[in-house]
Parts: sequence; structure tokens; C-alpha cells
Amino acid sequence: MQIARVIGTVVATQKHAKFEGAKLLLVQPIALDDSPRGTPLLAVDSVGAGVHEKVLIVIEGRAAGEALGRKGAPVDAAVIGIIDEVDVHE
Amino acid sequence: MQLGKVVGNVVLNNKNETLSGVTLLLVQPISSAREPVGRVIVAADSVGAGVGEHVFFVRGKEASFPFAPVEVPTDAGIVGIVDRWDLG
Repeated sequence: MQIARVIGTVVATQKHAKFEGAKLLLVQPIALDDSPRGTPLLAVDSVGAGVHEKVLIVIEGRAAGEALGRKGAPVDAAVIGIIDEVDVHE
Repeated sequence: MQLGKVVGNVVLNNKNETLSGVTLLLVQPISSAREPVGRVIVAADSVGAGVGEHVFFVRGKEASFPFAPVEVPTDAGIVGIVDRWDLG
């Protein structure tokens, strides 16, 4: 799993049927100091996350499909939690 | 998934038979600022995307799911045409 920040939303009318009703978020993976890491990606939302929130994401097909709760969905990333706090002890 | 722009298509006459009827498009991955990111990939299209359109695509085994029960040997697939994205 990775820590990311929600930076936007995506609107797509024409899409695979398994995405119907799913919310697509643009998320930017971030480091522990909140600096961006790599390119933003699209993740399906399973927890009602909003823009600016820090979230936990999975970038793996099976996990993302399970988060969405739909078998056979062509997804590879999902938001699976909204992060309240990260404590680093070092 | 990642944002991309369709920049072309690929035509094959001699191919794995499970690929028959599958449209293969060239996709340039892009950032949320519409800048190209990384190299162009070939992706199987299941939503009728065309050259010049912004799309989102999935990587990995899940890219073959839209073609089930046929197990198309693809590792990238276009699964949506993007109307727009809004940055917060």
C-alpha cells in the first residue's frame, strides 16, 4: 500500500460497465514528508474520500477489485482508507 | 489506472488468435498537467477510443477482463474515455 493525496476528480461518461457509479480520483503518491513521489494516478474510491485528503491506496489489480467489490472489474488501483495520522518513530 | 492520450493504432496480420477483433492503440501516458510521462505503450481498447482522445487505462492482468471469457494476452487496456478532470 502507499500513502497518497487526492488531487482531483475525473469525469468519464464512456467507460467499462464495471466502473458505473464508481468515483474516480486522481491521487498523487507522497513520501512521509508529504513531498510528491512519481506521477499522479487514477484510483477508484471505496471510502468516500475527497480532494486534499491523505489516503491509503493499493496499486494492484486483485486488491483494487476487492475494494471496489466487483468481480472482474478492470481496475488496478483503489483508495481503501482516509488517513487521520501517520506517526513516524525515528 | 493512468491518464493517457491516444496517439495512434497498431495493425497486425499475424497475431495470437485471441487478439482477433481486438483494437490495439498507441497510448502516451500523461500527467494531470497534460505533459507526456514515460514511453508510449500499446493498449487493448474496449471502449471505442480514437486518436486524439484522452483516456484512462489499466495495467496488468486486469486489462484482459473486458474481453472475458476470452483470455486476451494483454498487459494494458483502455477502459474509459475521459471527458475532463478537475484538480482541487
